[in-house]
Amino acid sequence: MRIRRKTFDWSTAVITVLMVAAAVTVYLRDGWDRFAGVFLGDVHIFLDILPKMAAGCLIGVFSTLLIPREMVARLVGAESGFTGLAVATFAGAIMPGGPMTVYPVAGAFLAAGADIGAALAFVTSWTLLGYARALVWELPFMGTNFVFWRVVIAPAFPLIVGLLGRWVAKALMPHGVRS
Amino acid sequence: MMALAIGALLWGIVAVLVATAAVRSASLVETGLREGALDFLRLTPRVAIGVVGSGYVAAVLPPEVLGGLLGPSSGLLGTAIATVAGAFTPGGPVVGFSIAVAALKSGAAAPQVIAYTTAWALFAIQRVASYEVVAMPAKVVWLRVVCSIPVPFLAAFGAMLIGKP
Repeated sequence: MRIRRKTFDWSTAVITVLMVAAAVTVYLRDGWDRFAGVFLGDVHIFLDILPKMAAGCLIGVFSTLLIPREMVARLVGAESGFTGLAVATFAGAIMPGGPMTVYPVAGAFLAAGADIGAALAFVTSWTLLGYARALVWELPFMGTNFVFWRVVIAPAFPLIVGLLGRWVAKALMPHGVRS
Repeated sequence: MMALAIGALLWGIVAVLVATAAVRSASLVETGLREGALDFLRLTPRVAIGVVGSGYVAAVLPPEVLGGLLGPSSGLLGTAIATVAGAFTPGGPVVGFSIAVAALKSGAAAPQVIAYTTAWALFAIQRVASYEVVAMPAKVVWLRVVCSIPVPFLAAFGAMLIGKP
């Protein structure tokens, strides 16, 4: 994932104000020792995670440079049935890029006549497993253990959403999703 | 131990990717390293603010409130609260993950926090409104959102079932 963000963004500004207010509250209420204790504990976590973050950034950039989007698109278009859902899930997990590239690719699948279940599985897999986001953002914040077990649980869900979507579309949208 | 193994695995992947790029051209390696370094520099202050600051937010929040709402015994209601909160969290990953880690530090249970981050990933209003609706037929977006509603609950249930993280 390329993090194409301005040096200043409002989300970070709001979070910063909130965090500073919380830090000041801790200092005034609990004193210096508690303030320093929280700081040292979290700085330790942060330093621990820095090398993984650096690796995550490099993986995000290099996979975007090396995996062509067209290849991922061909992968999904080629299969149907349950295999199609599994392939779409795999493609969503390795799909490089952010929301500005992923949704148009899924839209293109549908325009090219791909199965609705596969398109849903692809988008769901990207949101839950897209490794770039998981590595670059989730790992430093949530820690290795949390991300590992969340990712172990997640691969079933794109398949479930795909199957459910296929079934609902057949029942409620007999003329297709574009009508 | 696992953290160390995953760190090694990540750098192993980096090595394979860089080697693959090197086979194609030296300038590809240079571009990748430069952009990767820039991303890292842009990311570092945000993660520093989020990770260090969330400790203070957790210290300020009364543990009995979050522990009651989202704690280990909050069950289905706690999962539902986490899911709704995740779907309506505005802003980017800094906001979502800062809230998640602060909740985790101040008494929320892991399955509920997994429901929160899963719901945020699936539904984050801002991303759906500004990217998804623009690029896909509205019917498909509705279908995806409706079919995804059970997922945060299943994710929390899965985490409870295996007893991790």
